[in-house]
Amino acid sequence: MVQLWAFAVDMVTLDFGDSLWQRRPAVEVVFERLPNTLLLIAASLAFAILVAIPLGAIAALRPGGFLDRLTMSIGLIGLATPQFFLGLVFIMVFAVQLKWLPTSGFGTAAHLVLPALTLAITPLARFTLMVRSSMIEELNQPYVRTARAKGMGRARILRVHTLRNILVPFMNLSAWELIVALSGYTVVVETVFAWPGLGHTAVQAIQRGDLFLMQAIVFTIAFMTVFITLLIDVASKLIDPRIKLN
Amino acid sequence: MTDQGISQTGRRRTSLFRELLSDTPAAIGAALIVLIVVLTLFAPLIAPFDPADQNLTARLAPPVWIDGGSWQHVLGTDSLGRDVLSRILHGGQVTLLIGLCTTVIALAIGVVIGLWAGYCGGRADSILMRIVDIQVSFPGILLILLIVGVIGPGMMTMIIVLSVTNWMVYARLVRSTVMSLRQTPYVEAAELVGCRPARVIFVHILPNLIPPLLTLSILEFTNIVLAEAAVSFLGFGVQPPAISWGLDVATGRDYLFIAWWLVAFPGIAIALTVLSVNLFANWVRVTTDPQERERRFARDLAARQRRGLSS
Repeated sequence: MVQLWAFAVDMVTLDFGDSLWQRRPAVEVVFERLPNTLLLIAASLAFAILVAIPLGAIAALRPGGFLDRLTMSIGLIGLATPQFFLGLVFIMVFAVQLKWLPTSGFGTAAHLVLPALTLAITPLARFTLMVRSSMIEELNQPYVRTARAKGMGRARILRVHTLRNILVPFMNLSAWELIVALSGYTVVVETVFAWPGLGHTAVQAIQRGDLFLMQAIVFTIAFMTVFITLLIDVASKLIDPRIKLN
Repeated sequence: MTDQGISQTGRRRTSLFRELLSDTPAAIGAALIVLIVVLTLFAPLIAPFDPADQNLTARLAPPVWIDGGSWQHVLGTDSLGRDVLSRILHGGQVTLLIGLCTTVIALAIGVVIGLWAGYCGGRADSILMRIVDIQVSFPGILLILLIVGVIGPGMMTMIIVLSVTNWMVYARLVRSTVMSLRQTPYVEAAELVGCRPARVIFVHILPNLIPPLLTLSILEFTNIVLAEAAVSFLGFGVQPPAISWGLDVATGRDYLFIAWWLVAFPGIAIALTVLSVNLFANWVRVTTDPQERERRFARDLAARQRRGLSS
């Protein structure tokens, strides 16, 4: 009981003990690496969202058409490809064959491109498929017909009416992708590209048997997960007043 | 329903099969699944070499269609002269075994807890669902790494760890379905007539759970295959001398610049497995859900009409 209390106090005061590997407080290591991970995730999710919405919308305009089938197939392949493999393929093509970008490391903007792209593919695929299917659903709703009958252009209907309606599920999905990226995908991608973020640090910590540091990382991410979930609940309420918080 | 069911089972099965064939992607997916399962099951008979056989004179031989490749090693050899094709065939056994065991164990845990929480309600429900919430908020692969770091890597560890971190989805699905089913008149009637809880659960509630659970567990299977590959790739999953696709990609990574086939083929094997299962799962989801079937029918009709109008 005394031990549990001491543990809880340490948690609240962010005292996870000293990292055995780096010989300094584990929190310090976490806060030093966390911004790098957040930068990577922000870049990749922003890219995924910006590409997925127009892609999904275009596919939804003609369900069963050529563009729709193409996006669907590429999306499914993107979902099925493991990230470490995707990362290695990108290294092979863009860094080794074409020599456009550095293979791995950290520093310039060029170093960010390949890891962010690798991390973006899975969320991009999921976003596109989701935008497409909910757009198709929304476009069959009576209100769209009314708007068409009023003589409204298709682009305006998409932007003003349907996009707003799929915003809440889309935001939930993005939050979920953010959590998944934080808690797993970054570990793999950062290891492949030697990106000095939390995930790469976690792998190194385990290889060195540094459980204090590992514990600090897991708790930080768990805390962030809870925080993001709360934030999203509040935000969905703001967008859609019909949602009740309990 | 049952009388009709028995007399029509034969016809329904053939029409189901025809329905699968008419959906090209799903048919391709199903065919690939059968192919992958057969190839990996009979790997010891099909594989041209022992996957652990080293042949240092034939190190890093390229695949057949590249200069220097030979039919002896169709997909080339790795840094120790081991045949890549044989390793992929044998590696599939480990991957599929872990995926299958984990899915079944996680499904069992999730269904029991979900039924318990959903049927009993009240305090049991809130305690169980808080446990689910807490577990969900713990980070996926990081948590797996933490557990593996404490108890040590290996195949059994992988199965246990992946089941322990994946049962929550099933519990949530089962609980919410059971909660809504308990409100339906036929379940209330069954309870009024005096059916014991066990009978209500197994005869009246469980059959409704099978279609969504089937789809969910097929999709979860792909997640587990990907998770196993990722953890093995990081070096904390399956350990050599055991063979796993993720592990082979990790060892091939050191030779990325001179022998791309060491990374490419195991990676493609993973992607192909997941893709075919996903295609099949999508079809199962649409086929087992009456609402989805209706929607698919309407969509086909609308697409046909639109095409007719535009031409």
